Amino acid sequence: MTDLFEKHRHIAERHEKMLAAGANAVGLTNDRILSPTRAIIKGRETILAGTNNYMGITFDPDCVAAGQEAIAEFGTGTTGSRIANGTYAMHQELERELAGFLGRKHCIVFTTGYQANLGMLAGLAGPKDTIFLDADSHSSIYDGCTLSGAKLVRFRHNDAADLDKRLSRHDPEGGGRLVVLEGIYSMLGDRAPLDEFVDVKKTHGFQLLLDEAHSFGVLGTNGRGLADEAGLEEHCDFIVGTFSKSVGAIGGFGAGDHPLFETLRYATRPYMFTASPSPASIATSMAAVRKLRVQPERRDRLRGNSERLFEGFRKLGLETGCDVVSPVIAVKCPDEPSTIAMWNALLDAGVYVNIALPPGTPGKLCLLRCSVSAAHTFEDIDRIVELFGEVVASGHGLMAVGA
Amino acid sequence: MTASDDEIFSALCELLTPFNSNNVELKLETEISTDLNIDSVSVMDFVMEVEDHFDIDIPLNVLSDTHTMKDLVSVVVERTS
Repeated sequence: MTDLFEKHRHIAERHEKMLAAGANAVGLTNDRILSPTRAIIKGRETILAGTNNYMGITFDPDCVAAGQEAIAEFGTGTTGSRIANGTYAMHQELERELAGFLGRKHCIVFTTGYQANLGMLAGLAGPKDTIFLDADSHSSIYDGCTLSGAKLVRFRHNDAADLDKRLSRHDPEGGGRLVVLEGIYSMLGDRAPLDEFVDVKKTHGFQLLLDEAHSFGVLGTNGRGLADEAGLEEHCDFIVGTFSKSVGAIGGFGAGDHPLFETLRYATRPYMFTASPSPASIATSMAAVRKLRVQPERRDRLRGNSERLFEGFRKLGLETGCDVVSPVIAVKCPDEPSTIAMWNALLDAGVYVNIALPPGTPGKLCLLRCSVSAAHTFEDIDRIVELFGEVVASGHGLMAVGA
Repeated sequence: MTASDDEIFSALCELLTPFNSNNVELKLETEISTDLNIDSVSVMDFVMEVEDHFDIDIPLNVLSDTHTMKDLVSVVVERTS
């Protein structure tokens, strides 16, 4: 008999090596969360610089109160899917709120951000269609593509000419074509060059889905994301987003203007066969989205903090994931052992960042990935830079790449 | 193998070199992912090089049934013919 776990033995061995070098970098315990930027980890107060809590809205008193009231009034869970007993007025109210925020005719809320990509991709594309996806796409996009059964063609990251080439040699054989891009890519923090892709769209004709998971609430005059920032919203047929980053809750959404958009509710399995978002998730998301609309100063603070961290790292001689400032600032490290050593040294010094290792990263990169929050103070940012500097100088990181 | 198959195999070996960090000897029966111990993303990156070299599309769906170098030669033959 073949042991089903045998195929995972190498994962266990790799994980044991990580644990031998220090804390569990891929499952660290937060004993308490004190604020959007502070937690108690290993018994001490730690600066959080890897939470995707871009707007720092998780402890906003109005959002907390909205969640508490929703639990008291509507209960702890919906105990059913949207197509059975799980559609409450609040789900529809949030969908209308988001559609209004995005300037779209339709919006569908999903239970998680991961499911939003699964649901949208599997609903839009079928076995006769082809999805062209950026090579650096998030796993939820890859998984959604697989679930759709569509033919999958991968193009080089952020390379509109490469997409153009692949579209040119592709025979759609009567099927539809969907191109999937992300507003901000989660590992390196770079944006899609949307204008170049829109030019390709004008040449070839396809439908375009933009995942604004890391850019919704963050980019654009109105906070609607990269399409808003680039002034190209009309060219993006479908927008996907999540509540687990700038909205500080859990859930996700898909939005668009297509007249048949609402039929996705009856055609896509990740929407139909899972419990709908809990009342607390919906109520906190609603309160947060309303805050994002009327508090552009959060975006301004986030931008200022991001620029400060980016410049701080550059002055230390660290090589970052990309040259454009975004709230995702990844530091490139030489190899896996030194990345793990640096991560532990940073944690011991009082700052938590994400560790990102192959194959979860593009180009086999080993990264210490920071995400900035509007709730960070300049003192927090300076402290993060200072601790990175100390850790690099102490030799934990062996060297600063590019220094 | 036809001459054409030989040429394709040689081209694939060359394209695979940057991903074959353990310098595993490449044969027709070599399993690309397991024998070379390369992860799923690297396999996809390698296939992208193959697509561009032969100017063909190899949809990712095809890869689930493509394990050995011989499998990949067959895919290239089919898609270039």
